[in-house]
Amino acid sequence: MAQIVPLIILIPALGAFINTFWGSRLEERQSALVGIFASTGAFIVALLLFFNLMGNNYQEAVINPFFFDSWIRIPSAGVEIPWQMRVDTLSVTMMLVITGVGSLIHVYAMGYMHGDPRFSRFFTYLNMFLAFMLVLVTGNNFLMLFVGWEGVGLCSYLLIGFWFDKPHGEGYKNANAARKAFIANRVGDFGLLMAIFLIFWTFGTLDFYKAGEVVNTHALTGVAASQNAGHGDEHGSDASHGAEDSHSTTEDGHASIIVLTGAALQETHGDATDAHGSESASGHGETDAHGVAPDAPVYLNNDHIPTELLGVFGKAERMLAENATVQFGPFSLGIGAVITLITLFMLLGATGKSAQIPLFIWLPDAMAGPTPVSALIHAATMVTAGVYMMVRSNVLFHASDTTSFIVAIIGATTALMAGFVALGQWDIKKVLAYSTVSQLGFMVAAVGFQAYVPAMFHLVTHAFFKALLFLGSGSVIHGMEHGHHHLHDHHDGHDHDEHAIVEHDAFDPQDMRYMGGLARRMPLTYLTYLIGTLALAGIFPFAGFWSKDEILADAFLKGVEDGGLVGAGAFIALGMLLVAAGFTAFYMWRQMELVFYGEHRHDAAAHAPESAPSMVIPLLVLAFFSLTIGFMNTPSGIGLAWIAGGAHRFADWIIVSVQHAHVGVFLPLLAVVALSVGIGAILLARSIYGSGKAYVDGKDALQKTAFAPGFQLSSARLYWDETYFALFINPFIRASKFFGITLDWNWWHDGFHHALRDLFNGFGRILARPIETGIIDATVMGVGRFATWVSSWMRRIQTGYVRTYAVVLLSGAILVIIALLIPLFQNGG
Amino acid sequence: MVQTEAFVMLSAVLFVMGTLGVLVRRNAILVFMSVELMLNAANLSFVAFAKHWQNLDGHLFVFFVMTVAAAEVAVGLALIVTIFRSKQSIDIDELHQMEG
Repeated sequence: MAQIVPLIILIPALGAFINTFWGSRLEERQSALVGIFASTGAFIVALLLFFNLMGNNYQEAVINPFFFDSWIRIPSAGVEIPWQMRVDTLSVTMMLVITGVGSLIHVYAMGYMHGDPRFSRFFTYLNMFLAFMLVLVTGNNFLMLFVGWEGVGLCSYLLIGFWFDKPHGEGYKNANAARKAFIANRVGDFGLLMAIFLIFWTFGTLDFYKAGEVVNTHALTGVAASQNAGHGDEHGSDASHGAEDSHSTTEDGHASIIVLTGAALQETHGDATDAHGSESASGHGETDAHGVAPDAPVYLNNDHIPTELLGVFGKAERMLAENATVQFGPFSLGIGAVITLITLFMLLGATGKSAQIPLFIWLPDAMAGPTPVSALIHAATMVTAGVYMMVRSNVLFHASDTTSFIVAIIGATTALMAGFVALGQWDIKKVLAYSTVSQLGFMVAAVGFQAYVPAMFHLVTHAFFKALLFLGSGSVIHGMEHGHHHLHDHHDGHDHDEHAIVEHDAFDPQDMRYMGGLARRMPLTYLTYLIGTLALAGIFPFAGFWSKDEILADAFLKGVEDGGLVGAGAFIALGMLLVAAGFTAFYMWRQMELVFYGEHRHDAAAHAPESAPSMVIPLLVLAFFSLTIGFMNTPSGIGLAWIAGGAHRFADWIIVSVQHAHVGVFLPLLAVVALSVGIGAILLARSIYGSGKAYVDGKDALQKTAFAPGFQLSSARLYWDETYFALFINPFIRASKFFGITLDWNWWHDGFHHALRDLFNGFGRILARPIETGIIDATVMGVGRFATWVSSWMRRIQTGYVRTYAVVLLSGAILVIIALLIPLFQNGG
Repeated sequence: MVQTEAFVMLSAVLFVMGTLGVLVRRNAILVFMSVELMLNAANLSFVAFAKHWQNLDGHLFVFFVMTVAAAEVAVGLALIVTIFRSKQSIDIDELHQMEG
């Protein structure tokens, strides 16, 4: 059944393919239908996988897709990276969120993008995004994760800059925002890439888990057993009992394996996990006896697998147990240090994709993209990829206290900072963007204090209510644009091209200062937006309440349990997150007051119509889920477990794939504190902004309070961009100019090259003048000239007078005679 | 009995006269005559030494010289006639086209 998982990528890819090649010939509606069918098709596949997992005790599967036999295989170098897909509870959770929210947003986009000249291209990009995002979450190795990671980055870039051709410099700003996102992500991608390199060097593989590996050796693989488990302290049945239990319930030879592995668990794990281990033995014994897989031996841990056949995480566990060292050429590092390094690089990757300090700056700018994009990519799915990646790598993060501490601090700081900045934004989408950064901070912080289930839980709930809020804001923007057109055109104005606003006045449909009183004009949008706001603010019983509370409770519990670095980080994070939760409720209610309550502050707001059904229906669906999705993980012991058919269903579900996850706890006192912080912040915002004084005389209500300087700071977005410009971008530009103009052009080209040229010329001149003409040429010419000179003298001998010759002849003869006579005289003398 | 030294002296005097004539004279005919004089001076030496040594080789050589001289005169006079035809003069100083 899990074999169908390749379809989840192929269907959106096919949709993108069709819209790429035939989109321009299709009508708008047809294009949209292709996109919607592709995404809902993927959603159906995800649902089938979900039910499949539900039906087989969450048994994960590793699938080799039929279309990709193997991927990277270099036998001589021992490199083997298969294109494998992983169907487990974690990836199916992501698939459901991506395709579920994605499908709703596709439907919404059909209405929102109506009339856009590049309508089909928009759906191409959306489908392509889905395909890449699903590659990211279904991959069974880090390289596939990276492929998806880069792919969604590309789609994000394309979609942020989708309106690159808007007039009046707006298109330029959009393109710049796209570039900013891409470049900020590139820094993060560098981190992820480094982490992947290190992983490959250290573990020799990139697979998360090989097929047949037991993922969670701590917790249980069966529903029934995991429901029994809860916390270790609640269920103190001792190990021997568990072993006996399994022995009695199994008949065949598997019993010995189970007993043995149970015993091995006893040896390897401490007393806290001891109970878990033996209980899992019993749980498995039962399921085995029920005949889930009677032929295959059922293993509860990976002790039977040789180390070199384990995936990254299994290997990491084993190496940690052995306290191995890793050789890096001439020097070596302990496995703990290496994992810290890996996880820190991963964290850098996550800060890029999941918009954390220091790389979050791209996300607010990414709101330049169309609103469905903001909802799908920059709120619900892509930005959670970092959280997914960290939860997937929980074994590594769990192993490094240093990284965990840093992750917690970064997440909590981001949550607090972004929550503060969201207070002072005028742009309806900017508020939500900073809110997204803030909520991602919650998730990252949760990873930091090793609360992996709450992180995933918040990821899911946040995907719903933040998508809802973004789509709601899109509906508002849409309405404002319509209202504005209605004002200016004085015709019915429902069939115009809403994105090509030609009037260039001060009006900005996204600016909340022009809104107000929209609750009456857009009742359904208002209602759903209110639900989203309450969910985000963490008000009981909306989704955000459950997930946020679980994060806070886990932070508290971790702080109490862990006396070390992680505990300290958890406590610090808890404090910051509580404040951030207050900010969240405050800025959301400020937004409600500015947008929906009071009187309209611009005539466009007075004429804004309710959006089309294709936009409102997704809002309603999302609102329903924002209201209810939190119940899938209700804590035990408060009497609400019946709604989802059991307490902490989601935790039990996630734990199967996340080794170090644990079921969250419910701390009533903390829940009350968090709830009262949220309600208090809403009441405070209501008292400040309510009853029509939200925005009067060109001033925000906060600017009239003692908090005005803070508002100013928040409105200026804490000068992050300016700081980055001062710290990085301007020095970078200066350095570029230095390298380009001074070093390359002036020095290298003009200076060095000229010097080189001059040297060459000088050398040439020396060769030409003194050597060539002076020595060589002169020698050759000299020979000739000498001959001429000699002959000019010799010529004179040839007088032409016979007499002369006769004289010479005579003298010669006389000379000969003398020469003959000299010896005679000498002898004779 | 005249002594051999006298013949040789006379021969030398004749030779020098001939030489000077060759060098000094400008008339080609006279130069030829001087050359003949020099040849005959040599002939005289030959004959004188032949008599001195009581040997006939000198005589033999004299005949050779006389035949060669006759041939030479024939060629030389022919040249002179040709030169005269082209130059209307037999002044050898005018014949210096071969100067370098």
